[in-house]
Amino acid sequence: MDSSSVFANIVRAPEDAILGVTVAYNKDSSPDKLNLGVGAYRTEEGKPLVLKVVRRAEQMLVNDNSRVKEYLPIVGLADFNKLSAKLIFGADSPAIQENRVTTVQCLSGTGSLRVGAEFLARHYHQLTIYIPNPTWGNHTKIFGLAGLSVKAYRYYDPATRGLDFQGLLEDLGAAPSGSIVLLHACAHNPTGVDPTIEQWEQIRQLMRSKGLLPFFDSAYQGFASGNLDADAGSVRMFVADGGECLAAQSYAKNMGLYGERVGALSIVCKTADVASRVESQLKLVIRPMYSNPPIHGASIVATILKDRDMYNEWTVELKAMADRIISMRQQLFDSLSARGTPGDWSHIIKQIGMFTFTGLNTKQVAFMTKEYHIYMTSDGRISMAGLSSRTVPHLTEAIHAAVTRVG
Amino acid sequence: MYGFSSNKQRFFQMASTMLSLASTTPSASLSTQEILKGKVRLGSGRVGTLLNKEKGNPFIKAKSFGRISMTAAVNVSRFEGVAMAPPDPILGVSEAFRADTDVKKLNLGVGAYRTEELQPYVLDVVKKAENLMLERGENKEYLAIEGLAAFNKATAELLFGADNPVIKQQRVATVQGLSGTGSLRLAAAFIERYFPGAQVLISSPTWGNHKNIFNDARVPWSEYRYYDPKTVGLDFEGMISDIKAAPEGSFVLLHGCAHNPTGIDPTPEQWEKISDVIQEKNHIPFFDVAYQGFASGSLDADASSVRLFAARGMELFIAQSYSKNLGLYAERIGAINVVCSSADAAARVKSQLKRIARPMYSNPPVHGARIVANVVGDPALFNEWKAEMEMMAGRIKNVRQKLFDSLSAKDKSGKDWSFILKQIGMFSFTGLNKTQSENMTNKWHVYLTKDGRISLAGLSLAKCEYLADAIIDSYHNKFCNNVHWYYIPVSFDWILDPGLHKSK
Repeated sequence: MDSSSVFANIVRAPEDAILGVTVAYNKDSSPDKLNLGVGAYRTEEGKPLVLKVVRRAEQMLVNDNSRVKEYLPIVGLADFNKLSAKLIFGADSPAIQENRVTTVQCLSGTGSLRVGAEFLARHYHQLTIYIPNPTWGNHTKIFGLAGLSVKAYRYYDPATRGLDFQGLLEDLGAAPSGSIVLLHACAHNPTGVDPTIEQWEQIRQLMRSKGLLPFFDSAYQGFASGNLDADAGSVRMFVADGGECLAAQSYAKNMGLYGERVGALSIVCKTADVASRVESQLKLVIRPMYSNPPIHGASIVATILKDRDMYNEWTVELKAMADRIISMRQQLFDSLSARGTPGDWSHIIKQIGMFTFTGLNTKQVAFMTKEYHIYMTSDGRISMAGLSSRTVPHLTEAIHAAVTRVG
Repeated sequence: MYGFSSNKQRFFQMASTMLSLASTTPSASLSTQEILKGKVRLGSGRVGTLLNKEKGNPFIKAKSFGRISMTAAVNVSRFEGVAMAPPDPILGVSEAFRADTDVKKLNLGVGAYRTEELQPYVLDVVKKAENLMLERGENKEYLAIEGLAAFNKATAELLFGADNPVIKQQRVATVQGLSGTGSLRLAAAFIERYFPGAQVLISSPTWGNHKNIFNDARVPWSEYRYYDPKTVGLDFEGMISDIKAAPEGSFVLLHGCAHNPTGIDPTPEQWEKISDVIQEKNHIPFFDVAYQGFASGSLDADASSVRLFAARGMELFIAQSYSKNLGLYAERIGAINVVCSSADAAARVKSQLKRIARPMYSNPPVHGARIVANVVGDPALFNEWKAEMEMMAGRIKNVRQKLFDSLSAKDKSGKDWSFILKQIGMFSFTGLNKTQSENMTNKWHVYLTKDGRISLAGLSLAKCEYLADAIIDSYHNKFCNNVHWYYIPVSFDWILDPGLHKSK
């Protein structure tokens, strides 16, 4: 019967690399299993967290009988868009005041990146995007499917487990003028290695001199350092020089709204007129993709951002999450030092954000999964958010064993 | 719309040449401090000031070629060549409606259900489900790429019936999508990748966004005859003929029920014949099911066309939406279902649909999916839902009846208005042409799309008589009929950009 199927030639796709880690973890029956794969925050007890302020906002929304579920405009919830732009660019940003920014609600970071990429593929003249090596696994697919050609610029230096700054400058310097450059605004995924402020400034100057178009991926604002403004510093530096850029924002991590798919794409343009034309074209990208975005998550965000008390509550809860992660870094580092595990592990406390690039190789990773039931992506990236004081010893043992017994 | 016009190309090549010239100029680099101290304001176009020490327009005042290129390059937007996209046809209708101060005004462009009081409607079961969800305090973790498992199970069972062999044999690949549009888009992208060159046949007319979806997914499409303006009914012979004439293995886009924009559905006998010709030509049926339960009031009756095809053992695609039948418009909840000849094929197809979703939005939104799963999964809520759906469908049937009665009573010309009763669903193709539609608006303050489509969902019993007067006048008005227009069915959908539409 299947020979007559029109789908006979369709092969089974492999599981998504990152999400597949959780699939494998769920299948494991060991009581010691530890999921350090996907980047979702976990409490000290290893549980998912819905922020109290989010619950409050949601309660308000559900209890409000005047609320309806009518279609949002194609560009999404207006309040949400304005507030999101202010959050990332700063409320006093001249770009906003001059109406040079168009902001459209999209489906979290992925959706914002995709819509931005589709727009560029249709309207920009230089269809190559440079992405850091390494980068989040989904980036290449997003840009490729949108019609951009994807190249890499050097980023991570395995020798130092830090930034290959010279390599970065060389590669961006060699890029054709006008090329698009993907920049992680903060807390680089997967390495956790960010440029310093001085390095950002050099990157900015180089990019502006070559007319390279910055496309920021901002998935961790407030979540990296605990400070919303600090984590937007790189983006704001570029906007301050009056130049143009794109920025994809996600509220998945910093508001814990993962499954609600809330994000925004902002395009900072030279003039208000250009911004308005750009917005009209963004609508033509969105309409045949999903018509208009989902209301629930965006309403939660808008409710919180526009209320002073809720906003402050949010910053406190956000800092607590960021602090717990920073504390996990310290604990893991101290634990490995105490254990006497060979190697320099200081990168664990130098890197920032949810992820640590351990420097473990694929064999070591596989060993840790098999023998210690520790799940992480094969590039050696671990999510610190999935770690707790209770599980640090287990991870330490596993790393120690991997480093001493596996090549 | 795709690619870059040669003018733009030249423009940007010029700009990038200038930029590379500029990069040799040391003064090109400015420290952040200098910028922040206000010595230079690139945005305001006074870079020339730094370089030339002169005020005014740097394009004019700059002396050397190098300096001109630096200032010109820095001041020109990379998106200068981006044209303003045409305004959405429906937005104009809603905006004009809002601007109209006449008390008799009526907005029949709206593609969303309204109560008799012409207010938006949130179903009681939806409110109950949301409260339940709040009480349970569920988390907001990422869904799987294919969506909420409980939703996927519920939606397939709703469509086919839980006892349907396709379900029992696990032959349906179901992936949660962003309402109807998103589900159609996943399918379109799948078709482009795995059936390269295959075209989709769409009805003439059809929902305005269908073409956009296939265009953006790069799937070629062509039209089959559907609406017959002479009968204000189905051009069945034309439809069959066009489907037969298409290359073997084409996809045929069919509206499961309540055809949008005409409201004209094939009869069960006609569905059989459509299925015959599709099988003959080895075409693949592709259903758009946006009104299950909303059209007739019965979930099963409205799914009968889909179930007919499935019962024949055919492989088919079905996009579902819960925007109308559960009033979840803004939550974006729907699904793409692919009925395959085996469970293995379904698993493979599902895995490839996931590969398309991941670089588009990673995983779908959880809220609407949970609402549906809760309503369908709880027998009490499910029954309540069915009752609310019957109420909504019933209200629309009532206004159809009242409108028909008013038209028949008032119109002395003997024109047959029964098409209003025969058509089904939210929309009705009145047969009014563009000029006549304009008369409706300009003289009577009745807002509808230029193709003569009215939304019964936006009509109240109280306004039926007035609407009848407007329609009769527009049909028989000598002025309207003296202007000859070729009838071009153009379907718009207000969903294309409700924009600021908040109808009252």
